Amino acid sequence: MTAAVAFLVLLAGLAGWWLSGQRLMSRPWLAAGVVEETGSLARMPAAKVGLGVFLAVVGILFSLALSAYAMRMQLADWSAPPLPTILWANTLLILLASGGLVWAGRCVQHRQKERALDGLLAAFGLGAAFLGGQLIAWDELAASGYRLADNAANSFFYMLTGLHGVHILGGLVALVAVTARLWHSADATAMRLPVELCGLYWHFLALVWLVLFAVIAGWAGDVLAVCRQLLS
Amino acid sequence: MADIPLDRVAETATTEVEDLALRHPHGWVTRYVFSQDAKTIAIQYTATALAVGFVALFLSWLMRLQLGFPGTFAFIDAAAYYQIITMHGMMMIVYVLTAVLLGGFGNYLIPLMVGARDMVFPFANMLSYWFYLLAVIILLASFFAPGGPTGAGWTLYPPQAILSGTPGQESGIILMLVSLIVFIAGFTMGGLNYVVTVLQGRTRGMTLMRMPLTVWGIFTASVMALLAFPALFVACVMLLFDKLLGTSFFMPSLVELGSRLEYGGGSPILFQHLFWFFGHPEVYIVALPAFGIVSDLIATHARRNIFGYRMMVWAILAIGALSFIVWAHHMYVSGMNPWFGFFFATTTLIIAVPTAIKVYNWILTLWRGDIHLTVPMLFALGFIVTFVNGGLSGLFLGNVVVDVPLSDTMFVVAHFHMVMGIAPVLVIFGAIYHWYPKVTGRMMNDALGKLHFWVTFVGTYAIFFPMHYLGLLGVPRRYHEMGEASFFPPSAQMLNAYITIVALVVGAAQLVFLFNLLWSIRHGREAGGNPWRATSLEWQTPQTPPPHGNWGKERPTVYRWAYDYNVPGVAQDFIPQNMPPEAVALGPRLATGGVP
Repeated sequence: MTAAVAFLVLLAGLAGWWLSGQRLMSRPWLAAGVVEETGSLARMPAAKVGLGVFLAVVGILFSLALSAYAMRMQLADWSAPPLPTILWANTLLILLASGGLVWAGRCVQHRQKERALDGLLAAFGLGAAFLGGQLIAWDELAASGYRLADNAANSFFYMLTGLHGVHILGGLVALVAVTARLWHSADATAMRLPVELCGLYWHFLALVWLVLFAVIAGWAGDVLAVCRQLLS
Repeated sequence: MADIPLDRVAETATTEVEDLALRHPHGWVTRYVFSQDAKTIAIQYTATALAVGFVALFLSWLMRLQLGFPGTFAFIDAAAYYQIITMHGMMMIVYVLTAVLLGGFGNYLIPLMVGARDMVFPFANMLSYWFYLLAVIILLASFFAPGGPTGAGWTLYPPQAILSGTPGQESGIILMLVSLIVFIAGFTMGGLNYVVTVLQGRTRGMTLMRMPLTVWGIFTASVMALLAFPALFVACVMLLFDKLLGTSFFMPSLVELGSRLEYGGGSPILFQHLFWFFGHPEVYIVALPAFGIVSDLIATHARRNIFGYRMMVWAILAIGALSFIVWAHHMYVSGMNPWFGFFFATTTLIIAVPTAIKVYNWILTLWRGDIHLTVPMLFALGFIVTFVNGGLSGLFLGNVVVDVPLSDTMFVVAHFHMVMGIAPVLVIFGAIYHWYPKVTGRMMNDALGKLHFWVTFVGTYAIFFPMHYLGLLGVPRRYHEMGEASFFPPSAQMLNAYITIVALVVGAAQLVFLFNLLWSIRHGREAGGNPWRATSLEWQTPQTPPPHGNWGKERPTVYRWAYDYNVPGVAQDFIPQNMPPEAVALGPRLATGGVP
């Protein structure tokens, strides 16, 4: 459960940092009167904070799945499947989609609606291509005899990529909705926040993919081995 | 630089713009069924969860009938008994306690107590309830599925949970796992609301350290639930894979009825780690809202400020953090490294420190208070005693050497029922009696309430105290009858029969509560806006029950904390949170008129 606990420690650090600005040492029974809210969070839009909390939930979900992966791989029957080469191309696609959203965010900020739409559509295309690429990777693996139930390593490959894919799918749905709203909106600046949030979600999922890729490819295994030695 | 003014737009305080976004209902369906008003959603959550609670209560009758009079009821065979205990446990913990305390009280109280007009994401909030209802329907459907509901025990441990021989193996276990997955998806939408509303929806002047402890408890529990339920989610998904797709995440090599199964190499312990990573925080997900609510009930009904408010807040945060690093104390007998046991026993015992701080502070709040033994107060006092009792037996079970012989005995059943069954349920009852006048505008009947309290309180002790003794004798849990062993005295079965009779009486007493709850909607005494003369914001709404939007034209401004009771030199014995300092009338104490 090291990955999950490590992620929790990270969150606890963030929560502690936020709480440290919340006057937890104050004596509320002494002071009556209006106290104005301080701290950067109070000025943030609720949707952005909501997305932040949701990403924490997604983060703990994947770190728990990776914890399970790390525990299961120590058992005797583990034999990792070969890495489908298309995963490299997919990684490039998801990063390019992230770039598209950064571009779209910049354009919306500068009231360039058409270019922002281009960015969003490009991100959507690249994201859909990523999902297609993942399906091809499944197909390749299954065709070369590494089916879901044959070995726990295969099961984890399909489950982790599947779980990530479902989240990407949700991101694509959000992208379509935001693109449609931007298309119909007279004032591009009103769409600044939704485009920014789409970007945040996408960057986070790209980061999750990089971690998953590193774990599935086995590079993270060396790191995990070191961690395990330190703990035991 | 065209984007500078835009930055300012985006950074306008949400408290100032969100009023525009409220969606008022346009008809019966959007007002009562697909409502986006947190208060309606709260009532939907509570009513559904209470209905599930009565089903689960009925199941507990069935299992007690079997234990008290084994063999008398032919339809409760061993398989049915397992199905009954499984459904009773899972329903009570997830679909009743979590749903009422977070979905019910969270929805009703958070927006009102922090001075918001509604939750920040009302649509997601509405979806949350409908997902919950769907999860309940899927769960109840398993009673009618071929093979019946799962009998795997509420912990659903593989490999037995999905193997033949466990009742409900055909479809019950699948429905259970799917229902949990739906529940978690729905809860996540609600939980985001509870957390973000506390973070962003507070009204002017409502700093974190002015929030009532109820909000602190529900807020912290929601954060924990958001982080703990994903562990159950992952465990359920992987178990579904094992069951439906033949993977071996958890399943070791097995021989069943002489033939070797396809499974191999998996680790049942892995499931236990995931399950308890959720399961232990779940105890505090239920306990922290109860802690918060009890603090407010005690302060209001003893007319005293809560003792050590800051310490109470810090203790809630400390318990929330610590509860994530104690999960393996549920796994002392799983054969894990003894050093892990040592570590987890230590962290488990450390949790006793902030918890004890809370108990001391409740008692010191009561000390020399003007205690009104109203029905909510009785339940709050009942909670403190019960929680201490259950907590003390937790100290036994937290120690590895004491836990090992007590593992899987009735002692464990007695412990967790006292600490996370009865104790939170007493708080739920107290809270319903307390906030009912705000929800309906009428008081619940006092005499019936007191009858309900005394039968429930005394009765649950009569049920669960003897179970500790049975556990020390070595009577195992999860067995559908005690059977015969040289170390069971003949009186042990008599004790079982006695427990069953009390359980039937206590169960029946809940019908008094149900009657009171429904009867008082029309026939209760008119309550007025603030019958308990309480300080927190929900009692200061312009209308009772509050309409959609809660506050009329203007949201309240908060000038003080929530516990200004009996302030020296002030004429009234309480000062509402939204009363400006200049409006507080000084002078000799007015005759209070008395709390009902």
